[in-house]
Amino acid sequence: MTLPKAAPRWVQPVTALRIAIIVTVLASWEALAASGLLYRDVVPSLLAIGKALFNLLTVPDMPVDLSRLGLQDTKIPAIYWHLYVTFYEIAIGMIIGGMSGLVAGIALGSSRLLRQAYEPLLYYLGPCPKIIFFPVMIMWFGVGPGSKVAMGAISCFFPVALNVAGGMREIDKVLIRVGRSFRANTWQMVTKIYLPAMRHPMINGIRIGLGVCLIGTLLAETKLSNSGVGFLVIQAYSLFNMPLMYALLIVLFVIAIGANAVIGKLGGLDDIKRS
Amino acid sequence: MGHASAMTTHAITRTSWFPAVLGFGTVIVAMLLVELFIRVGLINRFIVPLPSDILAALPRVIIEEHVLSRFLLTAAEAFSASILVTIFGVAGGVLLYQFRLLREATETWVAAIAAAPLVLIYPLYLVIFGRNATTIVAMGFTAGIAPVTLKTLEGLAGTRRVLINVGRSFNLTPWQQFWKILFPAALPTIFVGMRLGLIFALINIVGVEFLINFGGLGQLINELAERYDLAGTYAAILFVILISINVFVLTEWLERWLRPVE
Repeated sequence: MTLPKAAPRWVQPVTALRIAIIVTVLASWEALAASGLLYRDVVPSLLAIGKALFNLLTVPDMPVDLSRLGLQDTKIPAIYWHLYVTFYEIAIGMIIGGMSGLVAGIALGSSRLLRQAYEPLLYYLGPCPKIIFFPVMIMWFGVGPGSKVAMGAISCFFPVALNVAGGMREIDKVLIRVGRSFRANTWQMVTKIYLPAMRHPMINGIRIGLGVCLIGTLLAETKLSNSGVGFLVIQAYSLFNMPLMYALLIVLFVIAIGANAVIGKLGGLDDIKRS
Repeated sequence: MGHASAMTTHAITRTSWFPAVLGFGTVIVAMLLVELFIRVGLINRFIVPLPSDILAALPRVIIEEHVLSRFLLTAAEAFSASILVTIFGVAGGVLLYQFRLLREATETWVAAIAAAPLVLIYPLYLVIFGRNATTIVAMGFTAGIAPVTLKTLEGLAGTRRVLINVGRSFNLTPWQQFWKILFPAALPTIFVGMRLGLIFALINIVGVEFLINFGGLGQLINELAERYDLAGTYAAILFVILISINVFVLTEWLERWLRPVE
């Protein structure tokens, strides 16, 4: 007697429905593109977007000077240079905003007085639209990458600080007493007790921080810059190159959602949900 | 003696008003220090205006820049976006709750959308809708819909078993079951979602107003900055922050008021 074979994964109803939704969306998109109901090119055909995406990622259109390295000059697709600029700005912004958020969070979480005095300020400033600080950041740090880094840092500071402060309060009191009874000094308390115990809220703060840092940096790039992916998006807008704009947005969203998922996985956030 | 003074200090820091005074006092002291540093030339006054100038600019900005009508415009945009977000978000949540298969297929997508940097598609909306209030409202709507959908779903799915069984024992029709049992039970969580949706919409609306230089309060900051009216720019930013804080406090208070006593 043979057991009936389990249905292959792709015919499971959930997967089938997902495929059906994707196909329907793509088909309606293509129909809308062909119908001419909207202005031409506002909804370009999928083929045009695919072509723009392919060109964006593969056609080398930016000369690179490698003579200093003793290599022959070459060309690369410009997107990689702009991705590098944006990545660099986000990384520095994350380091500055994240570290200061961590320190502020630990300070707020470890003292009742500091928490009561300053946490309301952070709590209410946190959700304010940060992009409105951009003119000030331009005056302070110039029109170059400095002001974008500052935007990223400001954006990222608040969620990290608030999550770390919240995480500190949730730490099991027993762990803190263990540390104290071993006469751990402040540094040891932070590195051996606080940080490991509040790993999850901290990672969650960093994840949210990365999301808003990305938004802050890229929006600043769309407002005023001459490099970075945000600049490419707004340039595609001003040239009315819609397929390119869609291609850029696809690249951005893949990176943003991917980074979010990776940090969630690394921090073991999936475990928390299950437990 | 030293012990006694330490006791007094301890007693003061434990009072209910001390932390608030400390927090507020720190802001005042920081402002005074900035004022001092600018006056002695340690900070360039062409980069950071005097805090006293910023305060003095507040009435000018409020009167000359028609802050009231700008505020009403931004509020109207936020209100329209919130209405749309509530209607479509709650409907989406109900839909996902009613159709289990649909929920299993798309809940992770909705969560991914909620975490995605959606505001970056504003240039796309500029092309589709033009540089006008529709783009701004559409951006607010896009930013706010996912949290409302997720919270509605969470609220409906979290209805206590016993309430659902009460409905069953009364032989309620699915329609009655929804309106008499599920929806009222989910309402507090839905309000949490609506508050989130409103805040997301508002942040994005002010942000896009600033970015596309159109509309209410966001545009005001952009205009003043382009005029290089330093004190005015800072005053306008201060004003927007104060408004945002008021909205957060007000909606928080409303949410607490609507939450049933457990």
